[in-house]
Amino acid sequence: MKPNAIIVHPADNVAIALEDIGQGEDVRTGEEVLFRTISSIAYSHKVLLEDVATGQDVIKYGEIIGQAAEDLKQGEWVHTHNLTIKGE
Amino acid sequence: METFMGYGRADGSVGVRNHVVIIPSVSCANGVAAAIARAVPGVKPLLHAMGCGRGGDDMTLHSRTFQNLCKNPNVGAVLVVGLGCEIVNAEGMALVAALAGRPHARLMIQEEGGSRKTTAKGIEIAKEFLAQVRAVEREAFPLDKITLGLECGGSDAFSGVTANPAVGKASDWLVESGGKVILTETTEMIGTSHILERRAANSEIAGRIKAVIESVEAKTHQVLGPMAKMAISPGNMDGGMSSIREKSLGCIIKGGTTRINQVVEYAEIPSQQGLSIMHGPGYDTESLTGLAAAGSQVMLFTTGRGNPIGFPIVPVIKIASTSKMYHALEDDMDLNAGAILEGKSLDQMGDEIRQLILEVINGEQTRAEINEQDGILCVYSQNTSF
Repeated sequence: MKPNAIIVHPADNVAIALEDIGQGEDVRTGEEVLFRTISSIAYSHKVLLEDVATGQDVIKYGEIIGQAAEDLKQGEWVHTHNLTIKGE
Repeated sequence: METFMGYGRADGSVGVRNHVVIIPSVSCANGVAAAIARAVPGVKPLLHAMGCGRGGDDMTLHSRTFQNLCKNPNVGAVLVVGLGCEIVNAEGMALVAALAGRPHARLMIQEEGGSRKTTAKGIEIAKEFLAQVRAVEREAFPLDKITLGLECGGSDAFSGVTANPAVGKASDWLVESGGKVILTETTEMIGTSHILERRAANSEIAGRIKAVIESVEAKTHQVLGPMAKMAISPGNMDGGMSSIREKSLGCIIKGGTTRINQVVEYAEIPSQQGLSIMHGPGYDTESLTGLAAAGSQVMLFTTGRGNPIGFPIVPVIKIASTSKMYHALEDDMDLNAGAILEGKSLDQMGDEIRQLILEVINGEQTRAEINEQDGILCVYSQNTSF
């Protein structure tokens, strides 16, 4: 099956949904299933590739885009509701 | 070393096109410039709305823009059409073309005895220039003669995921090949200053990066007030961007990953090889003019919503961020980076962009060229006219 998410930079801990992915559905950035989502991910939104503890960095484009506002799990949607953004 | 077939110029630059340009020094001369161009198919009129009625800063900026356009490497010959009482100096424009070793001429409507006489004389000159440039043949040159301008317009949620990162791969390739790459649109760098500063070749350049980004942040707040943040972000947030920084990261990725060797002003030609930042507006059409004046012979333009605009003397390669828009506007798009959403890798897409750049600089026409998406020149200004 074709991928439904893309990792933009090898250092990233998020992938971007290429289509709407429902809760509990498989996430594939290549041929293989990486994990299942624990929340629904709208297309073009970010899903966590690994668990991220409170205060730890969320990385996209190989750069820090914010810190986890709470303990976050692999497969979780990450956006303004659970991300702390400093310096803006 | 990889080479391309281009038009060698006396000043050492190399064109990928060989255009005869009719450029007014002031908007009052547009009618004559357009009449000459209508009578001589194949020449390019660079019509614009500037040239007078402005203060010192803008006059410096506009003079530099028009002068540097006269020596863009793709320009084979220049006819400057002036009125006679404008502030922008037509003679200065012709002089720049002369110093760049291009056939050049200048006609002033008030000296020639009006628009009809100027047009008649201009037609003869343009015909002669056209014959001259057509006699020049392409020769092989190394890729370090290429300056690539980068632009994104009508971005969508996938611009920063598909088209822009793939363009970044092509930018890295051209920098490694010794060429110049210009990243611009300072507005779209807001929030990424610390990241770009880290990539600066030295602390002075890092300081310039910080200063130009701070200046556009201040200007955005000055123009939009408390709406500044909202104006930049709500649509982007729906599209999955959690912050302005994240959105900007998706823009600056077009410039790839290499060291930043210089920061230049709008329409200023980088003196350094490799990656430069041109401090300029986010408005697409003004940005294209600045990139052309800065010496770009070819441009990459990523678009999400779909923008057909080109530039009269520079091939602009259109890269769609989604297949949906690519198919909807297929006649205007050169490449479909939306294929990444269907499983194509960023590296593969980067290779396709690289391949198309090579074809275009060797003479292959872009969609914007085929469709004659020239328009008029939009030129950045800092202040209003008086």
